[in-house]
Amino acid sequence: MTDGAIRPEERLAAVLARLILDPTAPPAHHIAVGAASPIPAAACWLVRKSGHSVRLSLLHKRSGNPFTEGTRELFDLTGQGRIDLFFLGGGQIDGEANINLIGTGAWPGGSAQGEVRFPGSFGSAFMYLMTPRTILFREEHSPRVLVPRVEHVSAPGVSAPGVFRRGTAQALVTGKGVFRFDAARARFTLDSAHPGEDAASLRAATGFEYDEPEALPATPDPTPDELALLRGPVCDEMLETYPEFCARVFNRRQAA
Amino acid sequence: MTPEAVEALAARIPDGARLALPPDNSLPSLALVKALIRRRARGLRLIGVPVSGFATELLIGAGCAVEVETSAVSLGEAGFAPRFAAALRDGRLTIRDATCPAMHTMLQAAEKGVPFMPLRGLIGSDILAHRPDWRVINNPLAPEEGDPIVLLPALRPDVAIFHAVLADHEGNVWVGRRRECATLAHAARDTVVTVERLHPGNLLEDERLAPGTISATYISGIAVAEHGAHPVALLDEYGADDGYVAAYARAAKTEAGFGDWLAEHVLAAEHTPLELAP
Repeated sequence: MTDGAIRPEERLAAVLARLILDPTAPPAHHIAVGAASPIPAAACWLVRKSGHSVRLSLLHKRSGNPFTEGTRELFDLTGQGRIDLFFLGGGQIDGEANINLIGTGAWPGGSAQGEVRFPGSFGSAFMYLMTPRTILFREEHSPRVLVPRVEHVSAPGVSAPGVFRRGTAQALVTGKGVFRFDAARARFTLDSAHPGEDAASLRAATGFEYDEPEALPATPDPTPDELALLRGPVCDEMLETYPEFCARVFNRRQAA
Repeated sequence: MTPEAVEALAARIPDGARLALPPDNSLPSLALVKALIRRRARGLRLIGVPVSGFATELLIGAGCAVEVETSAVSLGEAGFAPRFAAALRDGRLTIRDATCPAMHTMLQAAEKGVPFMPLRGLIGSDILAHRPDWRVINNPLAPEEGDPIVLLPALRPDVAIFHAVLADHEGNVWVGRRRECATLAHAARDTVVTVERLHPGNLLEDERLAPGTISATYISGIAVAEHGAHPVALLDEYGADDGYVAAYARAAKTEAGFGDWLAEHVLAAEHTPLELAP
């Protein structure tokens, strides 16, 4: 990273940061980030280091754990509507924004014939319905991940009328592009393609149906200011929790 | 309360018990789990509070468990849990899938002594469809019909085990802010705890330590096990040994590799206390 070239992870963090700050979405005063999510964590720190006042609860940061009642406190806060934004991924994600963290093959997933059991649903079946907005994030963008219909629903993208729900997916960000989600139509629209991709390559890599604009914009590069923040103060905040990520992306190692 | 040997605590956990364990960010007792493997525990029904990590993976790999109720089983940065995946694939393990706040809520119902508690969310998830013990009712307090909400039954584990930092002579144990261990101890019939070291005073008489303390009311056995959470981190006492878990994950890709790992790290003579050696 000595040449200053933009890393894919830096681009994704900047994309997520812009979605967090989207003025048309419900405001994000308190964002929670789950385990093993260095790029969403970097995006949140980028928002904060850009001067926006936002409370971050990073669940796997060893120091600075904000909860004193155990992990249930996150879910209690979310149940009250006090967490504004959360990130979710999925072993499978479909065109109605359903996510599958269970597995492929017959319930509960996995078989000797090559079907796979994923780790499990974590808090998704609650968080997705109780958070005003969720950003779906999965780096792998392939027909095996983005499927016509998930084999099992860990958490649904939309709910029947009358079911209590505060929000759903705002967007789906992958290693190839950005989709926006329209809950009323339960359908994604392609929003932009990352460098090296175009409408045709995204269509080929996506297993579900979606809409797209006549002219597909390119995902913008991070600005020089954003890059400077990511490589400096954002990395400083992330070194302890994500040492391997910081070494790989920012070429920075924690002082011994 | 007199501290016992770790092996003595393991001997008190019966085969077939519903055994609750915290995950890798919340004080699991790997020392006690390894002792359960050495005593060849069988038929355990594990409960992940609210998810499961390295300890559960070892118990499943060693053939100690027939069931796991949890919201996920993972080795964190080291990836999927290989012996869990193999046991499930081969039909040797039943999994009862849940979601994190449901696990907490079911334990909270047990600690209050009520038969169930409601929880929002979940409706539309296939997890709910596969849990006949979870029920959906219309909110009876809503002004109008038609606000469906899930009821979750109280979950009372037979035994809870975790690794605390301190125990005093009364049997109070200190877990700091990891209060899910307190909920777990309140909910379980029996709680047995390994600790890093003994504390000379009474934890409940110290205003600064009391809020992070679980009263001896809930504790039925204690053993001292230095580095008893290893390779998992223990609060600000020591960090995670990520290299150890990564090496395990590589070894445990095969049954034979797991067997070799177990022989070296759990069953070898130096891990077995003298009085129990053959």
